[in-house]
Amino acid sequence: MQFGIFTVGDVTTDPTTGRTPTEHERIKNTVAIALKAEEVGLDVFATGEHHNPPFVPSSPTTLLGHIAARTENLILSTSTTLITTNDPVKIAEDYATLQHLADGRIDLMTGRGNTGPVYPWFGQDIRQGIPLAIENYALLHRLWREDVVDWEGRFRTALQGFTSTPRPLDGVPPFVWHGSIRSPEIAEQAAYYGDGFFANHIFWPKQHTEKMVRLYRQRYAHYGHGTAEQAIVGLGGQVFMRKNSQDAVREFRPYFDNAPVYGHGPSLEEFTEQTPLTVGSPQQVIDRTLSFREYVGDYQRQLFLVDHAGLPLKTVLEQLDILGEEVVPVLRKEFANLRPAGVPATAPLHPAVRAQEA
Amino acid sequence: MQTLKLVAVSAGLSRPSSTRLLADRLAKATEERLTERGRPVEVQVVELRDLAVDIAKHLVSGFPSPALGSAIDAVTRADGVIAVTPVFTASYSGLFKSFFDLIDPDALSGSPVLLAATGGTARHSLALDHALRPLFAYLRALIVPTAVYAASEDWGSGGDEWTAGLPSRIDRAGTELADLMAGRQPEAPAQDVDEDVDTDADEVVPFERQLADLRLD
Repeated sequence: MQFGIFTVGDVTTDPTTGRTPTEHERIKNTVAIALKAEEVGLDVFATGEHHNPPFVPSSPTTLLGHIAARTENLILSTSTTLITTNDPVKIAEDYATLQHLADGRIDLMTGRGNTGPVYPWFGQDIRQGIPLAIENYALLHRLWREDVVDWEGRFRTALQGFTSTPRPLDGVPPFVWHGSIRSPEIAEQAAYYGDGFFANHIFWPKQHTEKMVRLYRQRYAHYGHGTAEQAIVGLGGQVFMRKNSQDAVREFRPYFDNAPVYGHGPSLEEFTEQTPLTVGSPQQVIDRTLSFREYVGDYQRQLFLVDHAGLPLKTVLEQLDILGEEVVPVLRKEFANLRPAGVPATAPLHPAVRAQEA
Repeated sequence: MQTLKLVAVSAGLSRPSSTRLLADRLAKATEERLTERGRPVEVQVVELRDLAVDIAKHLVSGFPSPALGSAIDAVTRADGVIAVTPVFTASYSGLFKSFFDLIDPDALSGSPVLLAATGGTARHSLALDHALRPLFAYLRALIVPTAVYAASEDWGSGGDEWTAGLPSRIDRAGTELADLMAGRQPEAPAQDVDEDVDTDADEVVPFERQLADLRLD
């Protein structure tokens, strides 16, 4: 099973000090966080993509290319790559280039994005979100698999005799996850292609995740890619840990109360009860994370959000130390023991990565 | 015969509240007319005051507390809804609107809804037609023709030569709602999320169809 972190890339004022990092600091800190993830033995680092303040990751492949050059084993991914507003031709080119530079250590997660104005900024219409996701991905899928593509669609200029370069490393396209919260169309899309399905999971009660994953698994089997149990599932998670759970709650509360997404709403206690957010001891995080498989089945990738809401770099790095030393080794063992034979332990890896691991 | 479900939503804030009183009277009138027609009915009152904080939290976080979730489910699955608000600043109250903002825009489509409002003076009675009717027209609810406005003075006076008194307006509105509800087949009991494995697949448009749809025009 793969464990890692995903970042939103928000520049948020630390509510305990009133200090706001500069964009430069946030970008450099993001790199430091990714390097730390590798150092403590995590498998995956994924970055969001945003095109408006207060977020910095507008150019994910630039960031990931830099991290690729400074790491050896970390798989670099996205959370998410905007399949709606990016030109699929540019996605094909950018991520194939990244795949070469990282010697196959990449995959990506497509998503629609939820910021209305981003669509018109890139010449698109948010009401066409789902059709854009479907058509753009259909083109991306072909660009990585066919050397010469003739294409005519609704949303972009037609292509005649087009070759996307570079071709994927050793002819193996990057693995793709489809990220969604509650759109059955996207679960269906992931199942149709036999791609991975990643449930955001973190801001809403588990019922959304449970339902979407179940649908994805059924349809994955329906399309003949394997059994429902063999479908490739990833989940988000959100944790804050200290040795003593009261300390974790006390320290995290001001960040929670002022967090951009859910701050000034439900209490920390209500939110931890109703969503997968876990604030407490490493053992509590282990127990909660193991409980996810009870409603999504045995899954392949768990990403944690640890660096948002204005948490200072030092704290984030401490969180990664705890994850790497105390949490993930136990989870690896427990999940491996519970996983039935025949259910893949990870999403498909590029042959170059498999060779390196062997 | 299956029991019909009638849900009265009251946005009254005081206790006791005339808004709640009006909701109860309307529910009772509707229940009596349905009983006369041999249709058993189960009445549930949703007091928005009790859910005010949960409603605000849902607006911020995007999901309901368990208590608010059951209230939303009750309204969504009702065979008939009575919606009663005090008139604040020439319109429905903010709490009333916030609750209906959290109802799925398609959930009340075709559902019989009786509108009612309370106020200190009869001068605001047209809020029913200027504010509440457009809101429920947007939700494509089947709005009962008679909407009931109760000003403070209505609780202590009969009708006059131009207008029937409050009791007869309540009775007329309840009869109209009962007529609409009596014509409905109660919905099958909602399935538990854990049991609807097979319906999941039915909800989704097969991918070939989604792709083909893009090629149509």
